[in-house]
Amino acid sequence: MGAQKKGATARVSEDPEELARHPLQAILLADSFTTKFRPITLERPKVLLPLANIPMIDYTLAWLESAGVEEVFVFCCAHSKQVIDYLESSDWSSQPNFLVATIESHNSISAGDALRLIYERHVIHGDFVLISGDTVSNMSLTQALQEHKERRKKDANAIMTMVVKQSKPSPITQQSRLGTDELFMAINPDTKQLLCYEDKAEYSKGFISLDKTLIADNPSTVLHNDKQDCYIDICSEEVLSLFTDNFDYQHLRRHFVKGLLVDDIMGYKIFTHEIHSSYAARIDNFRSYDTISKDIIQRWTYPFVPDVLCGNSAIRVERRGTYRASEITLSRSAQIGPFIVIGQGTEIGNDTKISHSVIGEGCTIGSNVTIEGSYIWNNVTIEDGCELRHAIVCDGVTMKSGAVLEPGVVLSFKVVVGQQFVVPAYSMVSLLQQPTQQDSDEELEYADSSSGNVELPSAKLNGDITSDLSETRHGPTSELGTGGVGYIWSIFEGGHDEEWRHSVAPIPTDKLAKIMLDKDEDEELLTQDGNVLSPSGELKSDSDANDSEDGDNEGSRDDYVSFEKEVEATFLRAVHENVKVDHVILEVNALRLSYNMASVDCAGAIFYSMMKLAVESPHSSSSELHRNAADVITTWQNLLKSFLHDIDEEIEVILKFEEICLESAKEFSPLFAQILHLLYDKDILEEDAILRWADEKEGADESDKVFVQRAEKFLQWLREAEEEED
Amino acid sequence: MAGLNLSAVSDDEDDADRDDRPVLSAAAVAAASRSTLRPPSLQTLLEDVPDSAAVPHTSSSGGDSEGKSKSADKSSRSRKLKHDVIEAVNELIQDINTCHEQIAEQAVEHIHQNEVILTLGSSRTVLEFLCAAKEKKRSFRVFVAEGAPRYQGHLLAKELVARGLQTTLITDSAVFAMISRVNMVIVGAHAVMANGGVIAPVGLNMVALAAQKHAVPFVVLAGSHKLCPLYPHNPEVLLNELRSPSELLDFGEFSDCMDFGSGNGAPLLHVVNPTFDYVPPKLVSLFITDTGGHNPSYMYRLIADYYSADDLVVQRRPTSGN
Repeated sequence: MGAQKKGATARVSEDPEELARHPLQAILLADSFTTKFRPITLERPKVLLPLANIPMIDYTLAWLESAGVEEVFVFCCAHSKQVIDYLESSDWSSQPNFLVATIESHNSISAGDALRLIYERHVIHGDFVLISGDTVSNMSLTQALQEHKERRKKDANAIMTMVVKQSKPSPITQQSRLGTDELFMAINPDTKQLLCYEDKAEYSKGFISLDKTLIADNPSTVLHNDKQDCYIDICSEEVLSLFTDNFDYQHLRRHFVKGLLVDDIMGYKIFTHEIHSSYAARIDNFRSYDTISKDIIQRWTYPFVPDVLCGNSAIRVERRGTYRASEITLSRSAQIGPFIVIGQGTEIGNDTKISHSVIGEGCTIGSNVTIEGSYIWNNVTIEDGCELRHAIVCDGVTMKSGAVLEPGVVLSFKVVVGQQFVVPAYSMVSLLQQPTQQDSDEELEYADSSSGNVELPSAKLNGDITSDLSETRHGPTSELGTGGVGYIWSIFEGGHDEEWRHSVAPIPTDKLAKIMLDKDEDEELLTQDGNVLSPSGELKSDSDANDSEDGDNEGSRDDYVSFEKEVEATFLRAVHENVKVDHVILEVNALRLSYNMASVDCAGAIFYSMMKLAVESPHSSSSELHRNAADVITTWQNLLKSFLHDIDEEIEVILKFEEICLESAKEFSPLFAQILHLLYDKDILEEDAILRWADEKEGADESDKVFVQRAEKFLQWLREAEEEED
Repeated sequence: MAGLNLSAVSDDEDDADRDDRPVLSAAAVAAASRSTLRPPSLQTLLEDVPDSAAVPHTSSSGGDSEGKSKSADKSSRSRKLKHDVIEAVNELIQDINTCHEQIAEQAVEHIHQNEVILTLGSSRTVLEFLCAAKEKKRSFRVFVAEGAPRYQGHLLAKELVARGLQTTLITDSAVFAMISRVNMVIVGAHAVMANGGVIAPVGLNMVALAAQKHAVPFVVLAGSHKLCPLYPHNPEVLLNELRSPSELLDFGEFSDCMDFGSGNGAPLLHVVNPTFDYVPPKLVSLFITDTGGHNPSYMYRLIADYYSADDLVVQRRPTSGN
């Protein structure tokens, strides 16, 4: 397979234009530049974390080799020593036709820095594949490369091809599969050019904004929410120099891609290549770690599956996705459930139940242990009667008998959990205290990628970087029960309500329901259900998206009420201080703008204020009230008229009047027809508006028609007058 | 053990030697292999070698340490050995290349005028077999089952039509309905086990059962390199290869079924895509190999000609060792 692909690649580059054939190169970033895998990444780089018992980087390198890449530059930053040592001791350093070179850096804090450094080294010649060391794929690069080269030949500005994959556009799939936010891409369906990339859609507003010129320049644009970014890019040499030119580019997507898309001076273009049957995904957080592990066990990544990658038939696949190494000690009464991987030399005791899990090498698991959906790495000791659900347990951990891990727990290296101790859900436990113990060269794995400014890798600054995380809990080691060793970390910056998003544990059903509701257009429903569903212990509501939607909804009502109050206050001041009508109009307009209201709302509010004034001025009978109202209307008719530009607004006023009669000032209800007549006389309302209002009310409920009936006489008179005119 | 070590030594030594030395001993090896009437096998070759090198055939570890002390003797002996092995491998390669023709030569004996032949998937041996019969002016029709999910049958049908054969393409599931009109089922194999069972492309067990039901002969074409000295034990799983489910389903369309983040984290959908079927020997009517037609019950004899007990040890060592 590899040979065939290589042949194909060679053929591509035999084109006359490229007489000097460059070997296909790749840059592999062996550093995620994020903090999502803390606390594990404090001690080991992310790319060396085992994925179904094989380090992640092996999947990436195996894929690169099979895809015909000949030279790989592995960029190591955090824990660079560990990565280099691993690569040197592995088979990768001695492969013929596949060169793995490492580039070490101690002061790069982002992908942008890494690429700038690689540019300075002048090792990349021609097109290259840009990938991070935590990507699993089995796609064939041949076609994507060919497309890229052909586009380049036609248009030198087509500098990058991004690999995307279709994913079900269900609102929760992105979140529940890979733990990432919903991603929107605008793609030109003919040329496959990427026009817009939005990974943080503004839920609160429920819309994404596209540049107007984008629509104007492209005859057709398709907006996708069903595409998954595979984080595999085929780039031309220019990409590196672009990073150098724009020294503020840090993040590959957030800065570079968006920067290129916005920048129309240089005119660089990004294209997409969609893969269909093959697999590609990147491990971004614990949830995608879980999902991709399961995809691997289900063999979507074939041939990059444990039994093939290990070679020598050291691991065998059996029925129901059970992968077993050849030398394991398994009690006869143990129930080894579906979809598990068990590594070499592991012992499993009596009546232990294991399902949907990965067990590493050299583990000792006692009797009556329940392990479900968990990832247990190498040399872990689990004593009798423990229970593990949806947890990650790193190398060398000891769980004393009867200990329980609730869903979402992460135990970092060599932690000891005491007897009968229950580790609460979503806790992170490490031997290291939260942010304080960091070596200078370790900080890089988790320097916050979103911070745009360059931070120097000094121990003091580390404190600053992490000080915005919540404060360390300097608890005693007995935090983990009797004989326990380790610190329970307090929750990350995301706060309590966010922890489930990126955890290995499945999303609780109430959260899922809430995500679904987030998407629901019926905001009323959302508000109610959101409150009902919110579990007592989990703060009020779980996502800011939800929060702000609630807020928006309630806010708009609140806004109107306070707007009405402001208008009323303005109006009263005008009445008492004899302010000129023009000035009042100006003030109301200003209010309208600041509250973001329509002129319909102004008319309603002013009319409401007028009626309220009439009601509040002293009166003893309805006839006096009528006179009061008539006075007010006559005095301020110009003000009202200036906000009544068309019939719709006039109808709105009538509706408002109905509302007033029904709710705030019931005294008006007997006078409804008279005041309507008055408004007609003063030319505030036109007869069309009144008749339209009556027509609209025709189909309404009996209770709604009360005022139409009251005004029946007046309406009839209007109709007759109209006929006479005809 | 002996075979493994010796071949490892010769592989490790150097690749440069391979180019300048072969001429030297080629003639001797050729003569040696000609003198034995049996087809060339690694075992027969290695048995011969120690005699010609005048060293007693001891356990290989002893031989190795001895060889290190007398380096000159060792190098000449190991070179000789290496070339013998290379020659034997070349012979095997040649055998594999010519086995299609040798099998195809027998086609006219099996395919008769106006018969209907059914096959599943695609096999080069089957293609050449059918074409050989066609060239001998036999007139017959071929039903090709498409062989989901890889649909190799489509390619075979195309090839057959290009060679002027009357071809009908059917789905795998239509095999049972069509089998009553078929005179003979001819298929290729991935491997033939020591008990006469066949590891074949997925779907063939079903075809064999259908053929048995209607008493249609089920003929397997297999070059002698496909003979395997193992006895099948749990062949459906252990001798199988599970490929990516994406050949069956589009991942994008079904990504919501692969949603592990909801519910209890256990996927409800599991897609299994085995590459091979195991056809038990009782369902096979005849094997046609490059040495002629054989019954399933005779396969173990044939295999004994090609493999010795020592070869089996070589086969098993890496499995248990690593």
